[in-house]
Amino acid sequence: MDTRRWIERFAELVAADADRLTRLDAAIGDGDHGANLNRGLRAAVEALGPDLPPGKVLMTAGRALVSKTGGASGPLYGGALRRAGKALGDAADADATALAAALRAALDAVQQLGKAVEGDKTMVDALTPAVAAYEAAAGDGPAAAARAALDAAEKGAEATVPLQARKGRASYLGPRSVGHLDPGAASTVLLFRALADAAGEG
Amino acid sequence: MKKLIGDVDDVVLDTLRGMAAAHPSLRVDLDQRIIVRADAPRTGKVGLVSGGGSGHEPLHGGFVGYGMLDAACPGEVFTSPVPDQILAATTAASGGAGVVHIVKNYTGDVLNFQLAAELAEDEDIEVVPVVIDDDVAVQDSTFTAGRRGTGATLFAEKAAGALAEAGGSLQDVAAVAREVNERTRSFGVALTACTVPAAGRPTFELGADEMELGIGIHGEPGRERTRLRPAPEIVDVALSAIDEDMSLSGSEVLVLVNGMGGTPLMELYVAYAAVAEWLGGHGVTVARSLVGNYVTSLEMAGAMISVLRLTPQLTELWDAPVETPGLRWGR
Repeated sequence: MDTRRWIERFAELVAADADRLTRLDAAIGDGDHGANLNRGLRAAVEALGPDLPPGKVLMTAGRALVSKTGGASGPLYGGALRRAGKALGDAADADATALAAALRAALDAVQQLGKAVEGDKTMVDALTPAVAAYEAAAGDGPAAAARAALDAAEKGAEATVPLQARKGRASYLGPRSVGHLDPGAASTVLLFRALADAAGEG
Repeated sequence: MKKLIGDVDDVVLDTLRGMAAAHPSLRVDLDQRIIVRADAPRTGKVGLVSGGGSGHEPLHGGFVGYGMLDAACPGEVFTSPVPDQILAATTAASGGAGVVHIVKNYTGDVLNFQLAAELAEDEDIEVVPVVIDDDVAVQDSTFTAGRRGTGATLFAEKAAGALAEAGGSLQDVAAVAREVNERTRSFGVALTACTVPAAGRPTFELGADEMELGIGIHGEPGRERTRLRPAPEIVDVALSAIDEDMSLSGSEVLVLVNGMGGTPLMELYVAYAAVAEWLGGHGVTVARSLVGNYVTSLEMAGAMISVLRLTPQLTELWDAPVETPGLRWGR
């Protein structure tokens, strides 16, 4: 699995969708999710030196996200990628089994930092089913596992629409947060679309 | 979008350049994006650091100076600062007696300040965070990210800054900031939305005859949308919500009628007249007051009312000399 391509593709997808993410955030948050994540991911891609092993790529990108993004998404996405990179260690290659463990570590990092559980209308609602789907399909190889994870992430994100937010700025709206797609769940779908694209290319 | 800016991507940097030019008493580091008191760090004095998204000016950079903050770290508009930046502010403020972080209760601010505090501990700087959450509009804390930090931030920075200036210990300075937070409640209303420069359009749409009740300070809509009402009725909604949460009768209070950025001072005084009348009619003594734009939300029209139940010590700390771009008296 080419984790560098994963991060680069994630940055491309977020750049292309930054306006939509920001619009989703304006509806129930403060309207900066697309701009922030785009800025952070540009810095993450720039920070990637040549010839890094897969784990190091994720750790480097994660650290850049933490230092450059701000808001909640910087520590959450940055912390997730750093923890995933740590799980991959110094190995020269990351197969589907290793990546499944790394994704599980990423989910743990997000939940530790953000204290959100499924149903709170956050990125966790897309991330949790995606990680489970990847784990379940890891035996079929990285491309099939990534596609399964993407499907699950999309369904999980879509399921945030009727929810009332219990974490993050959307929670201030109470019942008024119902009826909107959570922007963090939407960007998590892009993370898995990037993973599926990168795995498909390889 | 109609704004008095240059390049939209440089709006925070250009703000800092302006502050540096206008206030030679501050050291502004454009690379690290921090605003520091010219005489910081002062050996033996507890350092006081705050920060948060930009767009709330004069909070926080305008409260750096004698008797208030030692350093501030502004993030992008409505976006928390990053850990490296908070660490730089903490280091600049550290005189060896520890540093208090005043953090408004927003998920991003809390996370980034927490990461920065860990980095500071690695450099042997003791950090005590105080999280401000005075907004009564967010009611059910179990099912939300908790109450937002708003007007009490200004009160906490003033009281903690005065105590630090007087030689208070790290624990005492943090304790007084916490006490201020516990004794303050706030409620805000918006008459218009605001436009984040990078987004280019208002954060929400509001009809000409509508207003939002129970807003925060990031241009987000409030708990409820209602028809626009006269100032005394709006004040009654705000003070009733505050009084229901923290009974005010019989107290001596400090009141802030805070403009959100787009409401003229004239209208803030109209609101203040109603505030004074409401409090007088409810057996509350207004001992100190402040009217103006202090904790803003870009060009949002509207106001936020904050009430602090004073103690003799808190009154003394409020009256203590202060010399910052945003607050200045007694010196």
